Amino acid sequence: MFGYYMELAVRSLRRSKALTALMILAVALGIGASITTLTVLHVLSGDPLPGRSGSVFMPQMDPRDKERDDHPDELPTQVTWADGMNLLHAARARRQALMAAGSTPVQSDDLAIDPFIVPARYTTADFFAMFGVPFRYGQGWSATDDESRTRVAVIGGELNDRLFRGENSVGRTLHVDGADLRIVGVLAPWRAVPHFYDLNSGNYSVGEEVFVPLGTARAAKLKRNGGIECWGNKSSDEADMETANCVWLQFWVQLDDPTTVASYRRFLDGYVHEQVALGRFERPAVSALPNVMQFLDQQRVVPSDVRLQVWLALGFFAVCLVNTVGLMLAKFMRRAGEVSVRRALGASRRSVFAQLLVEAGVIGLAGGVGGLGVAVLGLAVVRMQPGASAELAHLDLTMLGATFVISIAAAIAAGLIPAWRTCRIAPALQLKSQ
Amino acid sequence: MQIRPILAALRRHKAGTILIALQIALTLAIVCNALFIVHERLDRVRRTTGMNEANVVAVQNLYVGSPGTYLPLMKTDLQALRSMPGVEDAYVTNSFPLRRGGWSTTAQRTADGGKDGVQSALYFGDEHALATLGAKLVAGRNFTSSEIASFTRDQQPAPPQVIVTKALADKMFPDGNALGKTIYYIKGRPSTIIGIVEKLTVPWIDTDFIDNVTIMPLLFDSSYQHFILRTKPGQQDAVFKSVANTLYGVNRMRVLPEKNGVRTFEMVRAAAYDADRGMALLMSIVCGVLLAITAAGIVGLSSFWVGQRRKQIGVRRALGARKSDILSYFMTENFLIALAGVVVGVILALGMNQWMLTQFEMQRLSFTYVLVGVVVLLGLGQAAVFAPALRASRVSPVEATRSV
Repeated sequence: MFGYYMELAVRSLRRSKALTALMILAVALGIGASITTLTVLHVLSGDPLPGRSGSVFMPQMDPRDKERDDHPDELPTQVTWADGMNLLHAARARRQALMAAGSTPVQSDDLAIDPFIVPARYTTADFFAMFGVPFRYGQGWSATDDESRTRVAVIGGELNDRLFRGENSVGRTLHVDGADLRIVGVLAPWRAVPHFYDLNSGNYSVGEEVFVPLGTARAAKLKRNGGIECWGNKSSDEADMETANCVWLQFWVQLDDPTTVASYRRFLDGYVHEQVALGRFERPAVSALPNVMQFLDQQRVVPSDVRLQVWLALGFFAVCLVNTVGLMLAKFMRRAGEVSVRRALGASRRSVFAQLLVEAGVIGLAGGVGGLGVAVLGLAVVRMQPGASAELAHLDLTMLGATFVISIAAAIAAGLIPAWRTCRIAPALQLKSQ
Repeated sequence: MQIRPILAALRRHKAGTILIALQIALTLAIVCNALFIVHERLDRVRRTTGMNEANVVAVQNLYVGSPGTYLPLMKTDLQALRSMPGVEDAYVTNSFPLRRGGWSTTAQRTADGGKDGVQSALYFGDEHALATLGAKLVAGRNFTSSEIASFTRDQQPAPPQVIVTKALADKMFPDGNALGKTIYYIKGRPSTIIGIVEKLTVPWIDTDFIDNVTIMPLLFDSSYQHFILRTKPGQQDAVFKSVANTLYGVNRMRVLPEKNGVRTFEMVRAAAYDADRGMALLMSIVCGVLLAITAAGIVGLSSFWVGQRRKQIGVRRALGARKSDILSYFMTENFLIALAGVVVGVILALGMNQWMLTQFEMQRLSFTYVLVGVVVLLGLGQAAVFAPALRASRVSPVEATRSV
């Protein structure tokens, strides 16, 4: 029966080509626009650590003074050196890493290559294990290297390609800004999207190419950059950052189950109360421990333009659907005569209804194919836009499936009212008037 | 024109009528808001910087290595740049308009701070800064070469003389006469306003203090800086191409980033407003396509109605109705439906705007846009229905006598 309905549908659609084309075009444009914007949203609001993000947390506290009461409710997303080191050394979590952003010129042994700047991350050892960063060669450094400020570095795959033509460079020397570091590891391609562990360097900034132990970076005076918030009158000189009244480091911990999360929460709360009691913290003792996705939510990382575009596309889709409903109504009602003959010959109302819905479904399917084309085109245009996030916009299988499901469902939904109206035509009346 | 029979006929086509009206309403709501966003974005893109933007080249530079001070390197570079053929003037700074990164601080009227400060962007430069930027001094004087000092990362910038923009001066001293007054960027460190420029914007494009700028007669002793060059007319391309070589010729121990290392100011401006222009273009395309789809929908349904009513039209014609009566019947019918649509659409548009105000940073929809939208959609409806209506008017009275 379904096959017969399909045949009828195709035949009927062929009969009024312009109307059919218009319906398919409307569905395709609506679907295409929606899928394009939803894909961008999907990519930008994705999980940067699939499978891990639920167990990675950011301890937050408020070490600022009382003088400025701007954003009293918003806790800083960074910590001071003193607090970071205290929490790091307390080692109450399974893993913990204290880190800061930097950028450093890199010089090649090959003098033909001009020095160039790469983004860097100065971090303690657990960074790689906690975030599940994959290595191509070698491995990260140890906590001992952090303490003894060993001159080692891990480099990104791209930098390895550029400096060492992709060879295993473990054991070789990296010349950064006036310091020589021994390479202990080379990363496989890895990028956290969004760049959750340090949003100050850009919500979707590209991955770092040089990783150096935090202590080593400080000792070698490597260039730090990234967000910093200071208060009070104490010096905030670059050399005194360890004692400055500034938050400038990101601190993340890994807590694997609810019990450890609860106990870490208690520990953090206790720490903050202790600091208030000691007089180090002037503001009320508040702490928070969001996990990665909660943190990203709270920071509203998805650009508002992207959300605006999604709403625009959905509105556009709604108009296209209303349009399709109207056209289907016209198309189905035009066949009142044909439907009446079928009804008079014994077709039930239900089978007429089903046949008309199949016809709507065929339009949906065709619209879905067209919509996919529009979406592929749309995403290609998005990728041509400059900006760190644009290049990430690719259609994945979920969105591909969604395209067809949404398209067929929408077309069938659009066909409901017209089909219902058509199958309720009284055949006798219609036939008599002819 | 009799409206009553039209309404009576429409009552028999409820579904189609409602669909067209709904489509017009949704289209109006979306088009109004989208065009308003286009207008907002284009307004931003058109904002001026207070600079003479033609013939300006900006160079990002990072010295490699750690000498005690970078000042001699910077001075040598400046000398080399100023003596380049085609270069009129040059200076070195931390940031410039539309760079989208820089320093800002709070400027205060009292020495001990307090909470009444005004936010200001900080640009460092020497006596060549104003001429290079092409900023217009409206009061006071420029810096003299003896006033140019330097500071390092370990110090805080608070020179004895500053030049501020008129906007900042007016905000700090609402009674006027800011010239010669003392302001504080750092507690207890007074700066005297020696000059006021007409306009100069901050490096960022999304701030609420876009015109508040302070120029300080300082060289920032740091490995990272920007050289700004004003070229002679017609020489911009030549300078743009040769400046990197000139700098590398002076000293190889530096990095000019591969991306955006050397940019003309046109490139700076284009990059700064790329997202806004993209959004405006996208919104315009969506509006165009929406209007086209709505028009096509109206054509489709109206044609169907005309086909359905051939017999009735024939009867009317046979009974003496003229072609123009039939034409105006369908035109009026569409006008009535569209009118209902735009009434709902205006409410929808305002509601949508109200909701967007809470979700996105934008302004209240101006009523002009709603009005323009209403006119456009009514016109679109009339234009779309014209062809089917014309076909209807050509139905011959003979149709009345034919069956089928």
